[in-house]
Amino acid sequence: MMKYVDEYRDGAAARQLADAVARTVTRPWTVMEVCGGQTHTIVKYGIDRVLPAAVELVHGPGCPVCVTALETIDRAHAIASRPGVVFCSFGDMLRVPGSRGDLLQVKAQGGDVRVVYSPLDAVNLAAANPDRPVVFFAIGFETTAPPNAMAVWLARKRGLRNFSLLVSHVLVPPAMAAILQAPGNRVQGFLGPGHVCTVMGTTEYEPIARQYRVPIVVTGFEPLDLLEGILRTVRQLEAGRTEVENQYGRAVRREGNPRSKGLIEDVFEVCDRKWRGVGLIPKSGFRLREEYRDHDAERLFEVSAIETQESSVCLSGQILRGLKKPHDCPAFGTQCTPQTPLGATMVSSEGACAAYFAHGRHLEAGRTGTHPLPLAEAIGGRS
Amino acid sequence: MCLGIPGRVTDTYREHDVLMGKVDFSGVVKRVCLEHVPQVRPGEYVLVHVGFALSRIDETEARRVFEFLEQMNQLDELKVPPS
Amino acid sequence: MAAEPFAACPLPQSQYDRILLGHGSGGRLTAELIQRLFVPGFGNDILAALEDQATVRLPSPLGGEGSGVRGPRIALTTDSYVVRPLFFPGGDIGKLAVHGTVNDLAVGGAVPRFLAAAFILEEGLALDDLRRIVASMREACDAVGTALVTGDTKVVDRGKGDQVFITTTGVGVVPEGRSLSIRNARLGDCILLSGTIGDHGIAVMSVREGLEFETVLESDTAPLAGLTEAMLAACPGIRCMRDPTRGGLSSALNELAAASRVGVRLNEAAVPVRPEVHAACEMLGLDPLYVANEGKLIAVAPREDADRLLAVMRNHPLGRDATVIGEVVAEHPGLVLLRSLVGGERVVTLLAGEQLPRIC
Repeated sequence: MMKYVDEYRDGAAARQLADAVARTVTRPWTVMEVCGGQTHTIVKYGIDRVLPAAVELVHGPGCPVCVTALETIDRAHAIASRPGVVFCSFGDMLRVPGSRGDLLQVKAQGGDVRVVYSPLDAVNLAAANPDRPVVFFAIGFETTAPPNAMAVWLARKRGLRNFSLLVSHVLVPPAMAAILQAPGNRVQGFLGPGHVCTVMGTTEYEPIARQYRVPIVVTGFEPLDLLEGILRTVRQLEAGRTEVENQYGRAVRREGNPRSKGLIEDVFEVCDRKWRGVGLIPKSGFRLREEYRDHDAERLFEVSAIETQESSVCLSGQILRGLKKPHDCPAFGTQCTPQTPLGATMVSSEGACAAYFAHGRHLEAGRTGTHPLPLAEAIGGRS
Repeated sequence: MCLGIPGRVTDTYREHDVLMGKVDFSGVVKRVCLEHVPQVRPGEYVLVHVGFALSRIDETEARRVFEFLEQMNQLDELKVPPS
Repeated sequence: MAAEPFAACPLPQSQYDRILLGHGSGGRLTAELIQRLFVPGFGNDILAALEDQATVRLPSPLGGEGSGVRGPRIALTTDSYVVRPLFFPGGDIGKLAVHGTVNDLAVGGAVPRFLAAAFILEEGLALDDLRRIVASMREACDAVGTALVTGDTKVVDRGKGDQVFITTTGVGVVPEGRSLSIRNARLGDCILLSGTIGDHGIAVMSVREGLEFETVLESDTAPLAGLTEAMLAACPGIRCMRDPTRGGLSSALNELAAASRVGVRLNEAAVPVRPEVHAACEMLGLDPLYVANEGKLIAVAPREDADRLLAVMRNHPLGRDATVIGEVVAEHPGLVLLRSLVGGERVVTLLAGEQLPRIC
């Protein structure tokens, strides 16, 4: 039994919470969970299916992998293809398609692409390979900013001139505001990002709750967390309250982690960022400060000239804003699959479309997909 | 987003002047950077993301949802008429 | 097929033009490669059936066709082993090479008799490592009662191979009357699993560069022939067995559902996972259902035989944690549906490519 994990997957407790939600709702409500990890849990455990129909869950843009701008992906591929470069990345980014293929294909063509579990592993690789440039693909929300900051801080401290970061951090509060400002927004309440808030605290969400008059319940990632978060959100909605609450108190404090925030402040600065499928959101990203320019892969590897255009074909922008569901898209599960993704929300295992696909919702809708083969044919079954 | 897993700190040490520790996840031990949770003591639990401890797990808060469910249970029992 | 330059969403590719690591994962890409390239390439029904082993009847030496004398039924299987690192907790590439091939024979109801092995060695491999591997293979063969009777060796230039690749081919005898097939599942049948899942894949992954755990997680590699014989003796009505190797339990169950054209219902709470494997999967963002096993099997059996079969399995050292994990149903043919710990349901899909550790 994994402590602080398995007890939050208890079936009887889950049913109790689901029943409490059912007893609380008197009218339909639309609630958005911000994080891809929360979406993943909802689909994996079928949580939306144990909730009353009056509660509609829509999935937010909380998948940093999905929303990494196409030009950043292309930059990453360009750098990884350079001879001699050791390109390090979290596993999530390897299958994200750029304009021409993904990192796995760069690897198949001879690029030295390595999966690392932690940014510190990339720093150690730089120490072990002093004659080769080692680049770490630093993506993520605020949660990953302290480890990424620590990596470059440590590299500078240890004099590892060959280590650099390709930074593409994105921030949650501006994204939430963008969703709430968009015409046609249906989201009435939010399950806030639990792990982002362990770092940043919950205070940034108070102005959003006030300005847009929405309840925000900062929520964890296990089934009981989500069900409790939903219960607390629905209670606020029924009572007309619009406050920030903290359901994930075992990990989140209102002030966050001051040391992490301090290091982020030293290493990064806020900048505008383009979100794949959504477009430019002002002041919604981090980039390295001037003092760290010698470790900034974007400057060191002169690939800033790459410009790409987002397609309007796929629906991911609308899915990321909760306006549509994956199965509303005609391409879902047929032309658009995790192997052949058309857009942001399918590229990563945390994207709403990918989560739905991985847990078979395209099959339930009757779409067996032409790419790849239908199962029976793929396994060699015969009539 | 952001896979964060709770684990129990078994010991701490310094490396390159950074606070590190060994963290036990149900029998799997991994080295984790504890620089951002310097007040943590062996035996306590931390939330770990990509090899970094982001915060300490608060046991009292962790029990809260179960106490809440327990209260709900008791209320339900009060409502059901004795057979 | 080439994507437009600067197009934001690349055109969907129906096929990759190069082999990717994902083609070896035992999931959807592998299935496509087999179905689109190999099966049409070799064009015969036995191959197209895609069982873990091919059971063929040899002509009898005593008479030709029409003579009324039947030759023996033999089972034939082959597998390549490319694991890295060569030596891992609980086993090594040699042990895997013997157990894996023996198990493919055993789950088809064959008694393994002989093995052949081809070695591709990289220039620079330490002879001591090769000695260790051979000793390990010998030990494994002796334990099962098979002999490695023929082989081949090739050496490739340094950098052209991953130290050692081993291909083993196994031959076994199938007793008359036995006819296990992945197409045999029937409505109402029970699905039994012999023990904990995910052990092997996590053991190997845990010692790879970049994921170093301080703890030793052991592979479950083991020969299953003794267990399968005990099971078949007690329950000749077993429909089929499968060892869930690459692609994990998910691949085996999906193959069953597709080949037998039935639905499979899986109970998440019933699937046993060791605490360390569970923790490692949580840390890496992996699902144990997709992680490889090398010493486990699933068996599909008539419901009325389930209790007896379970008792026999639990009585065997390799089946101590055996349990019923699901059943064969009429609904959603071809799909595996899982009932989660909290009561909701989802489809367990076939893995697309390699399962990679994730941070999100």
